Amino acid sequence: MATSALDRAAPGSRPARTRSRAKEPIITARGLTKMYGTFTAVDRLNLDVYPGEIFGLLGPNGAGKTTTILMMLGLSEPTSGEVRVAGLDPTRRPLDVKRRVGYLPDDAGFYPTLTGRQNLRYTARLNSLARGTAEDRISTVLAQVGLADRADDRVETYSRGMRQRLGIADALVKDPDILILDEPTVAIDPIGVAEMLDLMRRLVQGRGIALLLASHLLDQVQSVCDRVGIFSAGRLINVGSVDELARRYGGDRSEILVGVEAAPRTDAAAIGARLASQPGVVAVEPRPMSGDGDLNWALTLDPKASESETRAAVLRAILADGLLLTRLTRTSPSLDQIYRTAVEGHLATKGRVEVRSTEPGTGTQTSGGRRPRSVGRRASRRGPSARKGERR
Amino acid sequence: MTARRLTRPTWLDRVSDFSTHAGRGWRTVAAKELADHVLSRRFLVLLAILGLAALATVYFSSQLIRDAATQASGSPALFLRLFTVTGDQFPFPFFGLVSFVLPLVGIAFGFDAINGERSLGTLPRLLAQPIHRDDVINGKFAAGLLVIGLILASVTALVAAFGLLRLGITPGAGDVARMIAWVVLSIVYVGLWLAFAMLCSVAILRAATAALVAFGVWLALSLFFNLVASLLAGALAPAAGTAPDALVANARLEQQLTELSPITLYQEATVALLNPSVRTVGVVLPQQADRAIPSTLSIDQSLLVVWPQAVALVALTVLCFAVAYVIFMRQEVRA
Repeated sequence: MATSALDRAAPGSRPARTRSRAKEPIITARGLTKMYGTFTAVDRLNLDVYPGEIFGLLGPNGAGKTTTILMMLGLSEPTSGEVRVAGLDPTRRPLDVKRRVGYLPDDAGFYPTLTGRQNLRYTARLNSLARGTAEDRISTVLAQVGLADRADDRVETYSRGMRQRLGIADALVKDPDILILDEPTVAIDPIGVAEMLDLMRRLVQGRGIALLLASHLLDQVQSVCDRVGIFSAGRLINVGSVDELARRYGGDRSEILVGVEAAPRTDAAAIGARLASQPGVVAVEPRPMSGDGDLNWALTLDPKASESETRAAVLRAILADGLLLTRLTRTSPSLDQIYRTAVEGHLATKGRVEVRSTEPGTGTQTSGGRRPRSVGRRASRRGPSARKGERR
Repeated sequence: MTARRLTRPTWLDRVSDFSTHAGRGWRTVAAKELADHVLSRRFLVLLAILGLAALATVYFSSQLIRDAATQASGSPALFLRLFTVTGDQFPFPFFGLVSFVLPLVGIAFGFDAINGERSLGTLPRLLAQPIHRDDVINGKFAAGLLVIGLILASVTALVAAFGLLRLGITPGAGDVARMIAWVVLSIVYVGLWLAFAMLCSVAILRAATAALVAFGVWLALSLFFNLVASLLAGALAPAAGTAPDALVANARLEQQLTELSPITLYQEATVALLNPSVRTVGVVLPQQADRAIPSTLSIDQSLLVVWPQAVALVALTVLCFAVAYVIFMRQEVRA
């Protein structure tokens, strides 16, 4: 998916966001916290999602995205803080919330011996849709996700990507006001992803629903999200449009990409050293690119140096060595890089604070975040059942 | 359109909401599970095994009754003996076979109820729909019990019809009432095992482990429980030559210990229901039995005899349910 920040500035996405800002947020979280034992899965989260916008919840596995979503659905109780979905408290009114929210869980499963249509019919009945409406809606959503011709085959014959599409259809059957998709594009091929993202865009624009998209596939979702929130170790460390985040994290840092044609006798290390010796170059990093046989480097520039002078110096050096230049471009930070910078910065500050406080136990939170969490969860889940077993 | 959907529900919405939704969720789950069961292989296997076994037992027991028809004529509730008589060729009476098979059936229909959904990955999707968590348990329990009840009732009816043809005896109203009472009791009993298996399926994350645990408990109860009870009672037994009261008390203790097992409860109740001449399931002293006129109890008297057992079975079922609810509510949706 070759999407750049330019796509984000497309005129279509702008009015959508300004329009949404005028409305009341449909999802709000204030100080939302979830602890599993001593591990903090979600830490004092503040978040607003508006109708008519696509909000990307981005972060690595185990950052707390799914836990946040489960609290929004009332499937998990917050330890403290509050969350409101469509003005309702999901802990107290879970059914009303779940009636309005279409949810595609991470790695959603279906009953393998039922057909796709039958699976959706079950969901429709659980939402007490009238039979006629349900059948119409099922056909519509199946067509929307491109499964109309396979609708009456058993799900066990579906590929993983088809199941994922069926999951999106499943979330749409109830005609939700809010759509929450957890890793919706993870198993879909690139063309399918483009179709899916297009479908999401159309749904949001056409019906004014709010779409919350949790994903770790940053480059896929950055083209479609109006705003993104970056999650790391349970904290939402930054919220904004991709452009805003790019300015925030990439503004003081510029990078140029240099590529030369690889000949049998080119010495990559020597060229790298030569590039590093050019004025204004702070760091050189080989960056292999798929598709061409070229040698590529990413050059980080000193923000104080003049970029054009550095580029000229690099060009001269390459020509002097008799190499064939294939690439000399300035790169704007991708969401991937923004994300890495943000998370690394976040973890670094957190680490420093912990070192200073010298409090035992807190250090594990960030460094080995995933392990204590799963242990804590298992303990809390197995605890009561194990005791029951002994008593019997 | 959008604006209308986004408005908060009024109290009227909530009332209509409640009336359309109260009790709706579990029925939807039950309907789906029922369809699954009826089309499933385990249903067909169960039906075939139970049907064949029933026919075999009835064939042999009716043979036996025909052979001994001269002595048997005039004995009370001859028709019910179809279910209870044992012969050399086939050592199980129908009720014995059923009491053996029912726990296995209950376990077979319940051990993967919740953890199966978990491993399919359908549980988060299911719970994200506007239903309560207990709707899932209730719906699955109702569907399982309905299927098993249907099979049991039809097999019993089949046995009765076959016996009718072979024996040429028409059952009296009392016999029919006893049969129905026994089927109801058996459904309660299988419900207990179903509830227990579902408890295992909630508490244990892997279906295979849950099945093993449930079968293990059944095996332990049916093989070792009486042994343990008599061992315990034996350890507490008074020395020889003590007062008969102490001996009686010890015998009662042993019986009470065995009655902690649902298997004993069900067997006692079955015997009292299918054999009208059984007047008590407790300890009977010689002086109590002395000069007692052998007579039969009416159906309502027999029901009184089995009432405590039936209540105990229901109570155990409720207990399994309560524990399963509590665990399920506290569980994380993700596996």
